[in-house]
Amino acid sequence: MNIEWYIVLSSLLFALGAMGILVRRSPIVILLCLEIMLNAGNLALVAFSRMVGNQQGQVFAIVVMVVAACEVVVGLGLIVAIFRRKLPLDVDSLRELRG
Amino acid sequence: MTATAWAWLVLLFPLLGSIVIGLSFKVIPARVAGIVGTASIGLAFACGIAALISLLGESPDARHHASSLWDYASVAGLDIKLGIFVDPLSVFMVLVVTGVSTLIHLYSFGYMQSDEGYHRFFSYLNFFVFSMLLLVLAGNFVLLIVGWAFVGYASYALISFWYRRTTATKAGMKAFVINVVGDIGLVLAAFLIFRELGTFEYGEVFAKAPQVFHSNEWTVTAICLLLLVGAFAKSAQLPFHTWLPDAMEGPTPVSSLIHAATMVTAGVYLIARTHVLFVLAPTAADIAAFVGLATLLVAGTIAIAMTDLKRAIAYSTMSQIGYMIMGVSIGAYAQGLFHLMTHAFFKALLFMAAGSFISAMANRQDIDQMSGFWKAMRFTSVLFLIGGLALAAFPLTSGFFSKDSILAYAEARGGMYYWMAIGGYVGAFLTAIYTFRLVFRVLPGTPCPEAQHLIETGELYHGPAINPATEEAEDAEVGFPGAHHHIAEQSKPMAVAMAVLGFGALFAGLIQVPGVTDVLFGWLDPVFAGSPLSEVHPSVGAEWRGLAIGGLISILGIATAWLLWVARPELPALFRQRLRPVYLLAVNKWYFDEAIEFLIVRPALAIGRFADRSFERVVVDGLVSGTEEIVGGSGRLVRVVQSGFVRSYALLLIVGFAGLALYFLLSSS
Amino acid sequence: MEAVLFFAAALGALGGAVGVVVLRNPFYGVLALIVHLFSLAVLFLLLTAAFVAAAQVVVYAGAVMVLYVFVVAYIGGDTEPLGDSIPGQKFLAPLLGAALFVELSIAVLGSSLLALGTHGPNVNPGFGNPAAIGHLLLERFLLAFEASSILLLLAAVGAVVLAGRQGTPEAGQGAAGGSSKHSSEAPAERFEDPPAAPSPAGGGA
Repeated sequence: MNIEWYIVLSSLLFALGAMGILVRRSPIVILLCLEIMLNAGNLALVAFSRMVGNQQGQVFAIVVMVVAACEVVVGLGLIVAIFRRKLPLDVDSLRELRG
Repeated sequence: MTATAWAWLVLLFPLLGSIVIGLSFKVIPARVAGIVGTASIGLAFACGIAALISLLGESPDARHHASSLWDYASVAGLDIKLGIFVDPLSVFMVLVVTGVSTLIHLYSFGYMQSDEGYHRFFSYLNFFVFSMLLLVLAGNFVLLIVGWAFVGYASYALISFWYRRTTATKAGMKAFVINVVGDIGLVLAAFLIFRELGTFEYGEVFAKAPQVFHSNEWTVTAICLLLLVGAFAKSAQLPFHTWLPDAMEGPTPVSSLIHAATMVTAGVYLIARTHVLFVLAPTAADIAAFVGLATLLVAGTIAIAMTDLKRAIAYSTMSQIGYMIMGVSIGAYAQGLFHLMTHAFFKALLFMAAGSFISAMANRQDIDQMSGFWKAMRFTSVLFLIGGLALAAFPLTSGFFSKDSILAYAEARGGMYYWMAIGGYVGAFLTAIYTFRLVFRVLPGTPCPEAQHLIETGELYHGPAINPATEEAEDAEVGFPGAHHHIAEQSKPMAVAMAVLGFGALFAGLIQVPGVTDVLFGWLDPVFAGSPLSEVHPSVGAEWRGLAIGGLISILGIATAWLLWVARPELPALFRQRLRPVYLLAVNKWYFDEAIEFLIVRPALAIGRFADRSFERVVVDGLVSGTEEIVGGSGRLVRVVQSGFVRSYALLLIVGFAGLALYFLLSSS
Repeated sequence: MEAVLFFAAALGALGGAVGVVVLRNPFYGVLALIVHLFSLAVLFLLLTAAFVAAAQVVVYAGAVMVLYVFVVAYIGGDTEPLGDSIPGQKFLAPLLGAALFVELSIAVLGSSLLALGTHGPNVNPGFGNPAAIGHLLLERFLLAFEASSILLLLAAVGAVVLAGRQGTPEAGQGAAGGSSKHSSEAPAERFEDPPAAPSPAGGGA
């Protein structure tokens, strides 16, 4: 398959993930959609790495994975903390930063 | 060293003294501050003598030097130097100022001894002397104005020295405001001079003026009138005189230095210095002479009715300066300055003696409560009498020779000035009366309770700590006079200062006996030689005739005072009843204060209130609140975006990203 | 053969993504994501990125997803309310998603990168091997390698600070459904000191 198929797939997944963030209200699901977006990015990176012919894109993708893992850890920690304080797990209710 | 070098030192010492005392007031003990202050002025006096000697070593025509330290401003056609001008006139003024100031500092050393603000007093006093010396030594109009303004400030600082007394601070403000009015006149005059003549330096101005101005042209008349505004405000002439009686709120040494001997004579010096311009504007000179005459007479009438000792002496100062102003305006330059010198001696002496009496009275100044001090305080009484005799121009005292020299000149000039001389003699009669009214009220008779206390116990009477004018309570902290006072009999420095001045008051006139000695006029001659008015010389016979008339009037006045206040003491009350309107006019100081209040103060306050209501509240507040409203309003508008919903933030984020991508896609295709 | 695998994996990826977005129960969403991740691993293999595929399966699908599962189990799979609290959001979101997809596609397909239309250059058999990746990581990208390890440390510490508590480790007691007063107090105190997580303010420097 030509590389452009992979790229188009990647952009579709990215758009799906973005839409998911906008639509869902549970923080866990929002984080999951965020994962989808990150993975779409990874797919694009690896595809381009194949297109160019060196492996730097793949290394980049690994580092992205590391970062995603860290972000998930912190995000889930936040969610656990929110849950522990008996606040509703609903992004629309947690709006104290309202100006 | 050259005369100008000595002159710079004359300026340096008082300034140094003021700074040193001012910076170290917490560290040095009081006596040291007093010694430093007195010594600095004494050194300035010594340098003045040295400058005098240096000038004497030159020929009379060459006795004028200008010297500048550096260029203050040299731009756009302006060339202002920090420069001084040393000639017989300025050296004369330096000697008078530093001489009398040294004695007054010595007096203050004793008089102010228990005051909490002792150091501050000497610092201010030194600064005042520096400013006055700057004024008389200035070599251009700009530095003159600087010295003028500093003197006004120093006067304010010293009048409101007891700053917790509301009467004192009000008096200080009044003096300062009226002085500023004079400053405006002086500054405008300087502007006009620069515009017409292109320079500020004395030498150039006085050389160019006769060539540029024709006689009585409106510009030179305007310049002279504006200079007169400045001179009258500083010298307390009508109608700018209302600050001087109130200035008596300051401590007595302040009254004697500033408001008798030095600051108030600045106007006389100004007219003498700029006589070239006044010769070119005879109308202005005549106006000045009339104002001097009017002040002389009005102040004389008020002084007869005053019951406050210091205020009575203040009005006499006003009157005597009227003589000096009249003198230098009609051309009697040297005579007016001679009177300035003798007046400095006897007026300072009178104030010092008055201070001694007031101390004995526990800081009360009402002569209605004083009597019999001849028995209680002999030394002070003798010196008060000497000062009074000199003021009344009793024959052979210094005042006798100086005052009558002015009147003799006026007579010799003839015409309208002859009538001014008559007015001057009437004023002399009034002077003798009011002076000896004071003498005969305070000195003879049975001692008042305070004097009795002093005779019996040898200690001063301690009154309640109140402000005598308003009966407000005071305490002994800094800002109030405090409970302790000093009289000359118990304080050596005070006695020495008064004795020296008494000597001067009695014998200083002998340097200028007509036909016998000619020390002063000869010395001042080169300064005024160019003026046509200095050609007028009364003959020796006419001078002695004038002296005789003056002496006679003086003795008559003293006799009248004796009649009214010793022999037939019921007469004054009778006069008060019969001539009630005249009495009221005099006691209320010819209603000048009320007139100024009505004509100037109230409209100014009304304008202020109007401006507050219309401009301030509407425009300025409107602008400020309006801006506030705009900012707040736009904040409220923008705040809508901060909804707190994370998802809407994400939406905006993606909308923005999509928009950006669209833009780039479109622009690249 | 390759095309078949591609489409299958693509379908799996898309299906998993759609599942995450659509499914109400977060537990099901996690499972959908796991499917998505596996499909992506297959796609990576198709792109001769063997090590990345392995990492995807082991790290992502293995560790990260397990983490998700634990948290979802702890929190419980409450379904979220359906109502839209922000007017217009549910309407605008698909629109924006579509707009995004269209724009990105146009950008890719209309670009002048000719190589996109190819299969890529011929690569030697060791392309995407752990050995090759390892060489790159430890030689050329050593700094990134070390930096990411520090990042991991920070994340771990941050997580402990965020969700942990002071004093005795009674983590087990405060399980799902009734936390004691203690456990809700301690994180509250911890909240006074935010961890060294990157603050969003940062901004321009």
